[in-house]
Parts: sequence; structure tokens; C-alpha cells
Amino acid sequence: MFKKILIANRGEIACRVMRTAKAMGIRTVAIHSDVDADARHVREADEAVLVGPAPSAQSYLNVEAILRAIAQTGAEGVHPGYGFLSENAAFAAAVEKAGARFIGPSPSAIAAMGDKIRSKQLAREAGVSVVPGGVESVADEEAAREAAAAIGYPVLVKASAGGGGKGMRLVRGEAEMADALRSAAHEAKASFGDERVFVEKFIEHPRHIEIQVLADSYGHVIHLGERECSIQRRHQKVIEESPSPLLDAKTRAAMGAQAVALAQAVEYRSAGTVEFIADRNKNFYFLEMNTRLQVEHPVTEKVTGLDLVEWMIRIAAGERLTLKQKDVRLDGWAIEARLYAEDPTRGFLPASGRVVRYREPTGAGVRIDSGIHEGAEVTVHYDPILAKIVTHAADRDGAVALMRHALDSCCVRGVVNNGLFLGAVMANPRFQSGDISTAFIQEEFGAAFDPAKAGKEQLAVLVAVAATLHHRLHARDAAIGGGQNAQRVASGAEWVVLANGDSHKATVAETAGGHAAVTSSDSHEVIGEWRFDDPVFRGAVNGRPVAVQVERIGLAYRLSHDGVRLDLQVLAPRAAELAALMPAKKKQDMSRFVLSPMPGLLSSLAVAVGQDVKAGEAIAVIEAMKMENVLRAERDGRVAALRAKPGDSLAADQPILEFE
Amino acid sequence: MRDILRRLEEKRAAARAGGGQRRIDAQHAKGRLTARERVELLFDPDSFEEWDMFVEHRSTDFGMGDQRTPGDGVVTGYGNMNGRLVFVFSQDFTVFGGSLSEAHASKICKIMDQAMKVGAPIVGLNDSGGARIQDGVASLAGYAEVFQRNVLASGVVPQISLIMGPCAGGAVYSPAMTDFIFMVKDSSYMFVTGPDVVRTVTHETVTHEQLGGAVTHTTKSGVADLAFENDVEALLQLRRFIDFLPPSNREKAPVRATPDPGERAEPSLDSLVPVNSNTPYDMKELIRKVVDEGDFFELQPDYAGNIVIGFGRIEGATIGVVANQPMVLAGCLDIDSSRKAARFVRFCDCFNIPILTFVDVPGFLPGTNQEHNAIIKHGAKLLFAFAEATVPKVTIITRKAYGGAYDVMSSKHLRGDVNFAWPSAEIAVMGPKGAVEIIFRSDIGDAEKIAQRTEDYREKFANPFVAGARGFIDDVIMPSTTRRRVARSLAMLRDKKLENPWKKHDNIPL
Repeated sequence: MFKKILIANRGEIACRVMRTAKAMGIRTVAIHSDVDADARHVREADEAVLVGPAPSAQSYLNVEAILRAIAQTGAEGVHPGYGFLSENAAFAAAVEKAGARFIGPSPSAIAAMGDKIRSKQLAREAGVSVVPGGVESVADEEAAREAAAAIGYPVLVKASAGGGGKGMRLVRGEAEMADALRSAAHEAKASFGDERVFVEKFIEHPRHIEIQVLADSYGHVIHLGERECSIQRRHQKVIEESPSPLLDAKTRAAMGAQAVALAQAVEYRSAGTVEFIADRNKNFYFLEMNTRLQVEHPVTEKVTGLDLVEWMIRIAAGERLTLKQKDVRLDGWAIEARLYAEDPTRGFLPASGRVVRYREPTGAGVRIDSGIHEGAEVTVHYDPILAKIVTHAADRDGAVALMRHALDSCCVRGVVNNGLFLGAVMANPRFQSGDISTAFIQEEFGAAFDPAKAGKEQLAVLVAVAATLHHRLHARDAAIGGGQNAQRVASGAEWVVLANGDSHKATVAETAGGHAAVTSSDSHEVIGEWRFDDPVFRGAVNGRPVAVQVERIGLAYRLSHDGVRLDLQVLAPRAAELAALMPAKKKQDMSRFVLSPMPGLLSSLAVAVGQDVKAGEAIAVIEAMKMENVLRAERDGRVAALRAKPGDSLAADQPILEFE
Repeated sequence: MRDILRRLEEKRAAARAGGGQRRIDAQHAKGRLTARERVELLFDPDSFEEWDMFVEHRSTDFGMGDQRTPGDGVVTGYGNMNGRLVFVFSQDFTVFGGSLSEAHASKICKIMDQAMKVGAPIVGLNDSGGARIQDGVASLAGYAEVFQRNVLASGVVPQISLIMGPCAGGAVYSPAMTDFIFMVKDSSYMFVTGPDVVRTVTHETVTHEQLGGAVTHTTKSGVADLAFENDVEALLQLRRFIDFLPPSNREKAPVRATPDPGERAEPSLDSLVPVNSNTPYDMKELIRKVVDEGDFFELQPDYAGNIVIGFGRIEGATIGVVANQPMVLAGCLDIDSSRKAARFVRFCDCFNIPILTFVDVPGFLPGTNQEHNAIIKHGAKLLFAFAEATVPKVTIITRKAYGGAYDVMSSKHLRGDVNFAWPSAEIAVMGPKGAVEIIFRSDIGDAEKIAQRTEDYREKFANPFVAGARGFIDDVIMPSTTRRRVARSLAMLRDKKLENPWKKHDNIPL
């Protein structure tokens, strides 16, 4: 076994790999860029080596520097994590050449599966069912049209070297082909340095289901069941689960057998994932094979009870995979939610900043793989994933319930994140029913998520909690002058809670364990610890465990719970009466301005002063988190002034231009 | 007897009705509450004791003889805020536009005198059209009587003005001499001469709001300390604010029980100061993580943002916080920030509130604008204020403390009681680059040499240990332990006694 391994990655995955390595008694080496000097993965490693400045290309993708780090630390194995160099055959080969083991598949398997067109050919030959089309890259528009006609519209134009949805376009009819081809090729070139694209059948209501395989160096391959990863935004996975609500045992076995066959065909070793796309009728088609550890591997670990990283290390060290297919049992249900630094109310645009407060969820059945700590800096340089929350229970409903509570308890302040949105997905009845597809988020939430939309029970809980918290604070404040005032207040009081423009009466009184908040419709007993400054209220409402995130904004309580965020104000009845006389303030009219929706670099401006712009027209391109985000006009108008120029770094909400 | 009692009730009802339902409705239509509604919100329920409900004006000119309203346009008295005594006057715009008559002024003076006698804060709710013209010079006399009392009360009891309507002309000088001014957005304004006069004299066209609205005074002029969305928010926040203050200069601020332990560590503070000493960070994160429960009541947040001032508590007891803010103008001192902080430091010193200072200051802002507008005198105010203050003073240098600005920011040399530095502190006459260019002027052409010299200088001076070796710093502390160290220092200083030499008063460079 290795004595020391180097993890050629950062963030949560580096931390996760180290956890297993430590448990196995293996020393760990982290690599980091200069901005990551204080990152969690550096703190948790036994040794750390600086490999370059912030941009990935000069640090986490800097093969020479990483090879030097291997030599310098004497690491015997290199785990690449996911992303970065994990599917780079040349890197894998270089590591082995340098005398260390690459904890992953052979360079040849990586290369074979890395090319989408070649991998599809191999899959076909191995008897795997593939999506019609896509055998070869299309040379020009005419070839693309011919290919599409042969398959039948709708079709997808995809980058040959692609991944993560980059360089991918949906084409519904012949007329859209030219545009799609051009933009896909352009994006493919920009993202992967390879402009080849191919055409394949577009599956309606597709579900993304993948099979985890595990193979040793001696030809023994097993599969560990499936993961469903249909909940995606911008073609990136957000929520994954195992098993899939769609599959039955027969389909699972068929997919598993095909995945194993493909792995054997390329003499695969280590952990790998064969991705399929499935339709409502459980028809499934091979998409691609990921020759690395997937982000969502923990759900498989939870239902199988296996440690995939441990097996990757053992296999790389030359051990045999002692598990037989019949030994693999899927126990219960696991769900993973990815906590991203992104703003779901603004089309999931990436965010950055300092993590000012951080509280992880805990408890039975909850696992968190995190790459951040309180005081960490989330920069614009890397993938916006902050942490993954994984829950495991006997069935899907149980795992969802655990996840709802875990998300409510998980607190990240200072960096805009999608925690609340994940909660809203969990609370969504369609998600709960299992009727999902890759279009789920678009269909259920549209372009932007509105956190103020509250159901009856969610609202009732938040009103009761706000009234109780306020009552406690009020009772404490009343005691500041001493005397009888405090006792009079503490015993009980009437309140009016204002939320979303409505007012709710609530009487709060002390009970044996906590406080009872009685509203006109019902009564909620609120019990819990809250030390006035805790970012999360943990307790029980009517006996049900509840976590509510609390921020105090002026006089208001900003409470977040179960996918809902509300600003509630709690007033004495007379104050509420008078508050009703106060005029509603008009928001400052910013519609004349086009504001930067995120921090980033203004890479280009498509308009000039005096130009007439139509709604929907592209105005500017902002580069952030390695993504080019096209900013479009929300209205018609003539450009009055430009407030920023290409090359400027923009803050969120910074004006870019002004209409007349 | 029953008739007599009924007469009292009738009189009271007349006073409560103020200027009548029509004017009350008009007041509400403007988004403003009435004088009595405001008082009701300000005090604990049923605690208000009203005085002088039956006072009427004595004017007979211009038909005023038959226009009398009991109370004469101002509601005065005292009540409790969270059980603590506070005096109030609340001008009633529904009665003669809240204008100030001789009688109106005498009511205000009466409660001010009483507040001084018993040692309790005075809150003024201003909503007045100005002088009662019909009262003539008697009205002006009334203003002056109030001004005189504002001055005598200054430093004896806290005085807070909440501007909730018009406040123009000479009337502005009463709030101007109080300790704090709060305003309500879109419904209050303060100016010495109004838009009409401005247009006539200077040909500038300007709205009331632009000339002297809440936003103007909290962002441009710095006249007001805070602006609130509406009357209700303003009054409830004022209650929160009063909780921080002592009733008079004879007592300490009240202690609010807290479950937040003084020993609380904040590991994340160890990474607050960025590696690159030119990268800004948010000083308010540090303040919030040091004070009890993260509860920091900031004043003037939108004016001279390069310095942060406000109240917090440590182990329940009020402290005043002064902090350079690296996020704005690199945290340098300039005219506005010096004035802003100086007045705050003097308030704390008047009212026995310990001062906690966080220092990250690269120096004074250079430029003709600053020099020609007397940064020398304004900067001196802050120096003067810190130097004369005898309350407990605890200072933490987080990063830069360069030059004269180091001396100014509650340094050991200005009788700082406890002065700590974080390991990231750089205490020196100036930053490495500037210093090297002066000391090694002859090497300026040689980039390599300069770089080496700069590195040497940084190594030698850009740390807290040189100052530590002299005893100018009492200890170098881990950032994560800041709250604990501050709490212990303040506990040690609780009974600090220090007096300045007797004098009639000092002569601060105004």
C-alpha cells in the first residue's frame, strides 16, 4: 500500500479523498494555488505544495509543477479527483512515467472514452445501446443537415471533446441548424480548443441515469447500481440520487450489464461511470463514460456501504477487487444536493466572496463533503461548488425529509448560494413524486427562483417562529431598565406579524418547554435553543424538528426555511395599526440601467451610445467562473451612456449602461 | 363635582384632538403620524405622563385671539423606554403647522430643565413649520431659550433629535446642538434657507429633498446620523438606540443580559486580513464578531465610510466602536472621517462609554482639496478627542498604522489603556515603498536594489514587534482571541479613574 499520496485537486473532493486516505493510514499531500493557501484542503492535508498562481491553467492544470510536487514530496500515488486533470490521459501517463501510480484508469482507457465519437463506436461494438446519430463529427452544415434528416428532428449538436453542456445546442428543425452549428463550434473551440461537433437524436423528457462501475487491473468488473442525476441547471447536475425512481430491477440489470461490458471492452480499471439517457418508457441510450470519480459518488457509497475512494486506492496499489457482483446490495435511498456559490434568483449566475458564517448540518443519516470553512474565500477562479450534502434513509421519502432538515440547518453567510433553492426542490411535490426530467428546474422554476413564494404551512411555521423569537428578544430588552416592566412583558403578549404584505395576529405565551404562538388559524408550540445571535434556530414546532435560518435586517427577521425566505416584521398591535398608515415606498427606478448580474470581467460590449436596442438583444458578455455570460436587454431603448468598458472588472449590480 | 370632572375630560379631549380630524387625515396622507401617535410608539405602553396639556399661546394679533388649541402645537412629558425614564417633546404639525410660539417653547424648556434635574435623556420629535410669525420676536426668544438649554444639557444628558417633518431656518440649530440626529426618508428635511430663497439668491434649482432631505444629510452633509424608511421604523429604532445610552453623565450605560460568552473565540478572524497588504477586507465583520451577539448599531453608515462608528456591547456593557474601514479609501483619514469620529469619541467620553478602536490606517488623504479645506484643523479634532478622553480606551491594530495617523488612532501615547496588535500589524512612519524612496533616494533608478530595500524595510518595520519592544503595544494577539482579550481588558478597566487638569473648558480646534 502507498505511504503517501498527492491529491491533484482542490475543494471538497480533495478533502473527501484525504479523509479516506487518512483512515487508511496514508499521508496526504495537497497542491494549491496562491489564493488557496488557506483553503480547507490545504489545512486538512499533511503537506501542501504551492503549484502556481490563481488561474487553473497555471496551477491545478500545471502538469510540470504537479510533477515537481510529486517528486519533491515523494508521493507514491496521485488521486486526480474530478475535473482539472482527472480525465487527461497525458497527465496520467506522465504521473506513471514519473514513477508514481495514477489512482484512476489507464491512459489508454481515458483516451478511448475521452473522445465522444470514439467512445460511442466502442460502445456500439460492445453491444451497448446508443443514441441514434453521432458516429462522426460533421464537416459542414450540409453534412449536419443530412445527418439530422437521417435521425429525425429534434437533434442535438454537441462538441466532440465536450462535457458539462459546453458546446451543445438543441436544434428543432432545419432552419435552426446553421446558427446552432456556428455557436456550438465556437464554444467548443473556446472551451476545449477543438471545434469538432457531431449530431445526435434528441430524447424528449430525458432522464439522466448513470451506472457506477468498479474494475481492478485483472479484468474483474462489477457495477454498483445507478444514480439518477436528472435535476440539472445549465446542463450541470444539482441533485442526484440512488437508486433512480424510474428504474426497475430488470432495467437496472440490463444497464449494469452493458456498463460492465463497455468497461471490459476498454480494459478499464478503477472507478468509472457509464452515463445513459433514459426516456419515460425506460428506453436507455449510452451517452458517455466518465473515467474518473464522479461528484455524486457519495450516493452510491451510501446505498452500497462501500468507500469508492478506498477501492480506487487499493486497485491502483495493485490489489484485487474482492467484491463479486452478487455481493453488491443496494440498501435504502440516498440523495445528494450540491451547494453552489450561485444565485438562483438571477438565473444561477456564479457568486464569490468571503464565507463569514458557516454551519454544517449534522445528525444520523447526514453526510457533508465540504471544501470550505468559516473565513474561507470563495474566488471567481474555480468551480463554484462549496459542499455536497448527502442524506440516506430507508426510502426516498425519508431521504427527502432528512435533506429538507439538513438544508435548513446548513448555513453559509457572505457568499450567495443555492441552499434555499435546493430546499425548494426538495419541497416540490413533483420532485417528491419522482416524476422528473432534465428539464425539471426550467419547468418548475422558470428562469429565476422566487424565494418569497410560501405555502400555507411554511408561512404558518415562519410566522410562529418570528413571533416567538421577537417575543424573547423583546422580553430581554424590556428587562434592561429593571423593575416590573420586564415581568409584565415576559408573561405573554399580543403581536402582529407582517409578512409578504399580509398581517397575522399571534399571541405568544410561555409554556413548560418553550413558547406557544397562537394565531387566528392555529396554534404552534415553538421549542428551541436560540441565543439571539445564532444564525440558525434549531428546535421543534408542534413536536416536529425544525431548523430556521435567522438574519436580522433592521427591525425585520429574515427567516429561511424549506425553500422559502421571508422578511417578517413583528410589531405590537398598536404599532401595526400605525404601520398600516405608512405609505409603501416606491423602489428606485433602475430599469433604465443595465446592471451587472454578477461579479466578473466585462469581456465585450455589443452596443454603442445612441444605438437602438431591442429587448432580447445581446448587450454585453461578462466572464465569470470560466463561463461567458451573455447579457441581454430586458426592454427596448436607445443607449444613452456606457458606464463600463471592456476589460473592467464589475461588481454585482454595477451599472454597465444607461438607456435614455 | 361631576361637572368639574367632565370639564377636565373635555379639555383633555380638545388637546388630544390637536388640529382636528381634517388636519390629522392630512398628516396621515403625507405618510406621517401625529405627535401623539409618535409618543405612543416611542414609550412603553401606558407609561407616558403628559405635562402642560392646557398651555395656550398668549398672542392676540392677526386674529390669533380666537384660535387657541390646548397644548399649543407640542406634546411634552416623560415616559419609559424599556422601563427607563426619558423626556420627550413632540411637535404637532396639525396645530399651527407645529410652529414654535413663546408658549410652545416654554413647554419644551420645562421638560428640558426637568430632565437635567433628574438626569434623563431628552428626545425631540421635530415636525414644525418654524417660528410662529404671529408671535413675533417672542417666538425667536423661545428658540433661543431652547438653544441655551441644548447647550447647557450637552454632555449632561443625552439629547436625540428625530426629524419627522419640516425643520427649517433657525429651528435647525436646536437639533444641530443635540448629540444625534435621525431623520425619516421622504418626509423630513432640514435646511437653514429653503429652495425658494436658494433660487432667488444663487439661481440654483433644487428640491426640498435634494437640499436637505434625509438622504442628503446622511450621505453628503453628514448632519444626520441615520435615515429611516418611515415614522414607525424610526421610533422603534430610536427605542433600540436609547438602550445603549446611560441616562446622564453621572451614570454608566445599562447592562443588557447576554448569553454570549466574553471568552468566545472566532477562528475565522485569523484569516480576515488578506495576505496582500493592499487588498481590502470588511472591518465590520471584525466588529460584528467581537461585540455581543453581533449586535452593532452603526451611525452614519453612508457618510465618510472610511471610518466606522457605532455602539455595541461587550459582556452586556455598552462600548463605542471607532474603526478604519479598508474597504473605503483604503481606510485613510480625511476631513469628513476625522470630524465624524471626533464627535463620536467626545460623546462616548461625556457619557462614560468605553471606546474600542480598530486601526488599519495608511495615513491621511493627500490632496489640495484636503489641505485647502483645513485637514490640519479637522484631523486635529480627532487627535484632540482621543487625547482628552478619560474613559477606558482599548485599541487593536489589525494591519496598517502609519505615520501621524497611527498616533491619532487612540495610540498608547494618547493614554490608550490597552493597545493590542494583530500579528499582521505594520506600525511604522510610512509604508515600505514610500519609506525606501526617501531613505534610499539614490537607488531609485535601480529597480532591483529598491525591491531589496523594500523587502528589508518590510522585514524590519512592517510588523508589530518593533512597537512591542518599546512597550507601545501591550501584546500581540491572535485575531481569533480578540473578543476575549477586549472583554478582559474592559473588565480590568471597569473602575478606571483618570481626570484632566481643571479648566473652564478646553479649546478644541473647531
